[in-house]
Amino acid sequence: MQDMGEALQLALALVLSGDPDLLEIVGLSLQVSLTATAVALLLGLPIGALLAITRFRGRDAVLVVVNALMGLPPVVVGLLVYLHLSRAGPLGFLGLLYTPTAMVIAQTILITPIVTALSRQVLEDLHAEYDEQFRSLCLSRIETIRALLWDGRYALLTVALAGFGRAVAEVGAVIVVGGNIDHLTRVMTTAIALETAKGDLALALGLGLILMAIALGVNAMVQAVRLTATRAAHA
Amino acid sequence: MREVAPDLRGATPALLPLRARGLTLEIGGKRLVDGIDLDLGGDGITVVLGPNGAGKSLLLRMLHGLIQPTAGEIHWGGHPLTTDVRRRQALVFQKPVLLRRSVAANLDFVLRGRDGSARRRALLDHVGLGGHAAQPARQLSGGEQQRLALARALATEPQVLFLDEPTASLDPASVLKIEEIVRGAAAHGARIILVSHDLGQARRLADEVVFLANGRLVEHGPAARFFDNPASGAARDYLAGRLVV
Repeated sequence: MQDMGEALQLALALVLSGDPDLLEIVGLSLQVSLTATAVALLLGLPIGALLAITRFRGRDAVLVVVNALMGLPPVVVGLLVYLHLSRAGPLGFLGLLYTPTAMVIAQTILITPIVTALSRQVLEDLHAEYDEQFRSLCLSRIETIRALLWDGRYALLTVALAGFGRAVAEVGAVIVVGGNIDHLTRVMTTAIALETAKGDLALALGLGLILMAIALGVNAMVQAVRLTATRAAHA
Repeated sequence: MREVAPDLRGATPALLPLRARGLTLEIGGKRLVDGIDLDLGGDGITVVLGPNGAGKSLLLRMLHGLIQPTAGEIHWGGHPLTTDVRRRQALVFQKPVLLRRSVAANLDFVLRGRDGSARRRALLDHVGLGGHAAQPARQLSGGEQQRLALARALATEPQVLFLDEPTASLDPASVLKIEEIVRGAAAHGARIILVSHDLGQARRLADEVVFLANGRLVEHGPAARFFDNPASGAARDYLAGRLVV
């Protein structure tokens, strides 16, 4: 086992040298998490918007469930997806287990409730402000949702980035359904877990540094977007 | 001016006259609007006056269909208050509700491609915002925001234009500009129903006055008669600046 200083030096060298294995792992991580975020946005934003503007019996219960689903344990999601995609499962015929697609499915299930719940809150606040004007203009439900999504775009970008942050940092679900197979389903978090277990801290730390950099980058982007929007009086 | 506010006189099917009967609104067991009967003819500017809590804004919202009355009925030109009827009305709120977009995009939102940029330009010039098209709407001053809200309402070519205290807390120049726009819209056939607390404004604009107190319609008649010779004690107290009980 290397000491911390030595491991950190090796990690930096790995990152700076552009090690192909490292780049492959980072690339797959981004590909899986960005795809899952995009699918979660496609599903979560319209549901969030609909929950924001409609009132129906049982709405409070639905909100409680959606909010509770934000805290879904990744391992449990991984297990459920595994059960469905395994050979004996209802979707086993698709042959998706231990593929990046399975990882995308698991991450999508994890972050869709986050996108739905957060966007519902953002759009409900916006709708409270616009409601009378929109009703005065006799906008249809679709027109209302479209306008809310557009006017809430900067806040919703924060929601998207929150979803992406959750996806890219998640390990429990992707390790169960992806299997952490080298050159196929190994992503940053599963590689960190594996290399740490093996005692090879250099690669683990290198990946950890990149993951931290991505987290910092995401937060910096959120901040920049908000500042730009506020300056342009669009927020 | 003609291309900004098309002449709506004789527009068919006409929304006027308005006939409201027994309009009542109860919230939490409290009667906020109490059995109002109101008939409005086809032309001019009606100013709705009354002390705070008289039910002026609630009446406006009921006539436009934003609030459902607890009891009573409303007919515009013999038609019930359907979406089709409401589409030919517009309401400008006391605090303008502007989209988080540019000035031009706020107008495009309601123009929806109708007549394109020429109409947008004409509307902005008409309300004195010609040089502000690309500016974020929320960076405009209070008076400019209200003029943009008014331009957006006019863009829908309403037969009936409701205004809910549109000049509250604006400077005198902005007030006069907005009054000029409102007068112009009325001259082109839009029926104006305006809620105001500003007696000076009511004297300048009103053809007729509807006076409310405690949720009831107390007086309704020509503006000159209301200001010179109010029939009720409540209206006399209101005009004299005394508390209306």
